[in-house]
Amino acid sequence: MDATFFMNVISAGLLTGLVYGLMALGLSVIFGVMRVVNFAHGDMMVVAMYAAFLLYTKLGIEPVPALPLVAGGLFVVGYLLQRFLINHFLGVTEHIQFLLLLSVAMIITNVVLMVFGPDARNIQLDASFESYSLGFLVLDKVRVIAAFTAGGVAALLWAFFRYTTTGTAIRACADNPVGARVVGLNVEKLYAITFGIGTACVGAAGCLLLLLVDVHPHLSSDYTLLGFIIVILGGLGSLGGALLGGILVGLSEALSGVLIAPSLKSMFSFGLLILVLLLRPQGILGKKP
Amino acid sequence: MTALLQDRRAVLLLGLLAILALAPLAAGDYMLSILITVLLQAYLGMSWNVMMGFAGQFSLGHALYVGLGAYAGGALFVHYGTPPWIGAFAGMAVSAAVGAVIGTLGFRFKVMGVYFALLTIAFAEFTRVLFDHWGWVGASSGLFLPPAANNSPDNLWLLRGSTTMFYYVALAMTAAAFWFCRALLMRRIGYYWQAIREDQDAADALGIDVFRNKMIAVLISAAMTSLGGVFLAFFNNNLYPESIFSMHRSIELMLGTIIGGIGTLFGPILGAVVLTALGEGLTILGAHIGIDGVKQIAYGICLMLILVLKPGGLWPWLRKLLRLEGDAR
Repeated sequence: MDATFFMNVISAGLLTGLVYGLMALGLSVIFGVMRVVNFAHGDMMVVAMYAAFLLYTKLGIEPVPALPLVAGGLFVVGYLLQRFLINHFLGVTEHIQFLLLLSVAMIITNVVLMVFGPDARNIQLDASFESYSLGFLVLDKVRVIAAFTAGGVAALLWAFFRYTTTGTAIRACADNPVGARVVGLNVEKLYAITFGIGTACVGAAGCLLLLLVDVHPHLSSDYTLLGFIIVILGGLGSLGGALLGGILVGLSEALSGVLIAPSLKSMFSFGLLILVLLLRPQGILGKKP
Repeated sequence: MTALLQDRRAVLLLGLLAILALAPLAAGDYMLSILITVLLQAYLGMSWNVMMGFAGQFSLGHALYVGLGAYAGGALFVHYGTPPWIGAFAGMAVSAAVGAVIGTLGFRFKVMGVYFALLTIAFAEFTRVLFDHWGWVGASSGLFLPPAANNSPDNLWLLRGSTTMFYYVALAMTAAAFWFCRALLMRRIGYYWQAIREDQDAADALGIDVFRNKMIAVLISAAMTSLGGVFLAFFNNNLYPESIFSMHRSIELMLGTIIGGIGTLFGPILGAVVLTALGEGLTILGAHIGIDGVKQIAYGICLMLILVLKPGGLWPWLRKLLRLEGDAR
């Protein structure tokens, strides 16, 4: 194992980490604005992956062009879910909310299981077998495409929150829901839009991840937990933190997969989660509550 | 005795216990194994309820204690022939110790609410992967308990024998757990727990030792849960880290209690009956139409309906309907 090999593993981990980061960004947006912990996050991720899979196998649309379609579809799902279900649960005890999202997760995963069966599916694009070489670095073409698209979507999201009226209004709701209501904002609608944006992020991440891994229904709880690890690592509610956390987890997965047994890599992620929960619950970039 | 008979709840409970005690006379092995599922679900639900329902500490990783109990009892039996009744002490001790670690870390570092739930999941998943790689307990290929020889007499000491024997063990465990939970709730500590559950800061201000009482809840809940794990190991005769420590087990374990009513005494039993009846019914239906996952979808819908319609669970509502309201439980 020489330095070149490690540089390749590290860069692959970094690129995959950006896609993880985009997934976690959705979780972070939802929590940051509504303080709702979306326990169905990984399940929506799997739905997005299957949607991208179907679009490719049935209609021949590759995952990157399919991204706006899938993200749009998941936006609608998230919007409706918040509007008609979760909005009624905003004032209640934390664990009831958590259980509600858990029930959503159970339903989604098993519907997916019923429709697609337990087998793993993947897609093969022409680009899957190509790679870029930069000096001693050899990068998979699809991985580079996925990472750059993920970065692009994250940048769009940042611009949305920074420059648009709706984005500013959502930030107002996050800072002070009562104040937002006083100045006449439709908080319920903005919440629904926010949840939609959160799930759209997952939709986009799902399309991109399908380029890198096989999809099967039982991935859902793994991705939910992975999402939690990432956002807690980076700081729940912090957008930059989600991306940073994603990159760190991508790196640690890639390295522990090579250095130790691949099957042990999730143990390191959970160990990391325990440490962060205890020592720095606000995360690396999060603000102290 | 007459005072006892005047209490309608006591009469109903004793009647239920009598019916359950006589059930093996009428029920076949299949029916008995379903009843065992109900009893075990109720037992584990009650164990979880001590921590969540009584003391208000949300654990989403109780499969950890089930697994530790199951593996302690099972591995000692496989390797040294240790009787489960002794292995159970080992399992309960290990679980209580692990519970003490999680509780101390969580409560001292002020990890609260959903964060605490995530901490319990993290520990459970961490342990699952650990057991997946631990050769002494069979790693990911599983641990198998040698079954009793055909037609050998029931051996209660080694817990090897017929479904009927397991049924009575499960019934005794569940009845004992019910009595134990009732005793806990009626004592000083039960009131401390409820005070902490309702408002931790207020309880603290009243001079209740919050940390100590929460820790006791965790230790009792962990030890009780692991005893259920020991039973599960000897009843199923096989153990896989993948299934015994899985998050799905943690979720299913608490579902009955949530549906029946968190914090109530009879809720876990009612919830277990409802959930198992639903599950069995759908499994039969699913076997006919051949679809995976129907049961889990129904559980999910059931959970959602309960949360939307009766967030307090079915038992408080049913109790009112049957006019069984004595004290608050």
